[in-house]
Amino acid sequence: MHEVTSPQAFTGLRGRGLKVRRPDRTVATADHSIPTTPRNLPIADEMAAAQVKQLEANCAEFGVPLHGWESPNQGIVHVIGPELGLTQPGATIVCGDSHTATHGAFGALAFGIGTSEVEMVLATQCLLQRKPKTYLVRVDGTLRPGVSAKDIILALIARIGVGGGTGHVFEYAGSAIRALSMEERMTICNMSIEGGARAGLVAPDETTFAYLKGRPHAPQGADWDAAVARWRTLTSDEGATYDKEIVIDANTLEPMVTYGTNPGMGLPISGTIPNPADESDPAAARALTRALEYMDLRAGDSIIGRPVNTVFIGSCTNGRISDLRLAANVLKGHTVAKGVRVMVVPGSADVKRQAEREGLDTIFRDAGADWREAGCSMCIAMNGDQLAPGEYAISTSNRNFEGRQGKGGRTFLASPLTAAATALTGVIADPRTLPGMSR
Amino acid sequence: MAAPKVGTFATGLVPLPAENVDTDQIVPARYLKVIDKAGLADALFHDWRFEADGSKKSPPFVIDEPRYAGHGILVAGDNFGTGSSREHAPWALGAFGIKAILATSFADIFKSNALKNGILPIVLPAPLHATLMQIAKDDLAATVTIDLATATLTTPDGAAHHFPIDLFSQKMLLDGLDELDYIRTQGGKIEAHETSHPGTINTLQPNTPR
Repeated sequence: MHEVTSPQAFTGLRGRGLKVRRPDRTVATADHSIPTTPRNLPIADEMAAAQVKQLEANCAEFGVPLHGWESPNQGIVHVIGPELGLTQPGATIVCGDSHTATHGAFGALAFGIGTSEVEMVLATQCLLQRKPKTYLVRVDGTLRPGVSAKDIILALIARIGVGGGTGHVFEYAGSAIRALSMEERMTICNMSIEGGARAGLVAPDETTFAYLKGRPHAPQGADWDAAVARWRTLTSDEGATYDKEIVIDANTLEPMVTYGTNPGMGLPISGTIPNPADESDPAAARALTRALEYMDLRAGDSIIGRPVNTVFIGSCTNGRISDLRLAANVLKGHTVAKGVRVMVVPGSADVKRQAEREGLDTIFRDAGADWREAGCSMCIAMNGDQLAPGEYAISTSNRNFEGRQGKGGRTFLASPLTAAATALTGVIADPRTLPGMSR
Repeated sequence: MAAPKVGTFATGLVPLPAENVDTDQIVPARYLKVIDKAGLADALFHDWRFEADGSKKSPPFVIDEPRYAGHGILVAGDNFGTGSSREHAPWALGAFGIKAILATSFADIFKSNALKNGILPIVLPAPLHATLMQIAKDDLAATVTIDLATATLTTPDGAAHHFPIDLFSQKMLLDGLDELDYIRTQGGKIEAHETSHPGTINTLQPNTPR
């Protein structure tokens, strides 16, 4: 749990005189409303400070382990769960946060819930659920250089729309998914909710076990062997049928960028901004017209070359060490474009330490980027990190809704590679044109 | 907190003909720094309703138009409530006086959150939805009656239309029962499950030293 969607749940428990049933299955962190400025400074926003204080008081009162504000394990809830080895195959994981779907990368059933449900889980470790429908997303083939996991998920959502997976759980399968690292799988599962599915998962395999082995809360010794044997059984049957299926050819994918005000409004980076006049559905035409108005973009223009004011690299979608390595690799030895603010926000304190051990912070700082403390930062813009009205950002986060990154702000969603390439030029740039990324 | 109870009600319509209305529009994130549920009526659709200086937009956003004052049913576009899990969205809708939302579909988490707060997310077939959207725009005096017990919506012409509703939620809302109280009656089953599924996760104690 985190500070934003839990306080009213604890108030509920208190009102009923109930305890947390399983503190040993509960974990908390502060990520949404905390600033990403140096930790030795107090939280300037009084409401945010009160919210974090409330989380600390609630966790202390109810015996819930908290990786809080000053903890070495603090970070975005969906980054620290896997990092600590708490996210395990076969688990059911819930959090008052729609990006809980992230944990599905481990073959866990993980989904976002409301605060009333947080209270139910705290009190009983149970939720009442209807069985969701199943949706197979098979991604076959090999990603081309410059194309990454973020582009797979943005391509899926562009194809099925933001409501395409409503009522379903995605299972991501196919050779391209099997070839992904755990962090890349997390990027994909993370945005299941942007495709309308409350959860999305990948069957566990050797990649999953290798990631988990030796992590602080992963089983060890004989328990580890028994767990892995059990986890190996968590695959869909050969020939299993699904309520819906889609096949995506990884070979043909390009880097993806969104141009509109929901994550389904995305296109291959070589594409042009669509025209509402070409939409057959009047509701879609209306939505597109409104989105282009908000974004101040013109139908028919290329998405490449659109200027940005800010580059945001971070979030539960793309704030892990492998994301930062990709971005650092692009920025190394270069300087970000003049007048462009580049924010790099590690997903957790642990990611930050690791990046600093590898010297990535120096690469970012030398390039003129801002290296910050861990948190949700400008993905949610309720913590001081935000766009000014009218500003454009290219962002590695998950939502481009109106005002999501600050009232009046305009968001292009993209991969860390595309964001970093854009940081160098100040206009949306195709990462495949970077050295070492030949087509 | 007492569980919400819903029976029969009749009220006017408010048209919101936008698709994929997301929870960031319903309640912008900066209003999520509260630690209670109260006072969210002004946060509802905040950035569509208010100027930067806090004054209402002119012309006002549809829910602030005087001619729709007191109307409790929002007629919205497809996939209403897409986005985050913030229950602040139904809290704010409820605080403003919205009792039901009519759409051709809802985002899953929003739907679940709305039901837990006594706000009915009613899925209508596209033709009926289009008719009601038109009525909402044209006929300010029109009222729609919703009867949860029979899961029917009666349009101004007197025609009754059945709508789908989760049977469990329907019963809970009709009887004003609390879902957590219900789960707590299942203590024996919970214990039995915990005994047979010890699991390997312990958040309190790491298994391996760092």
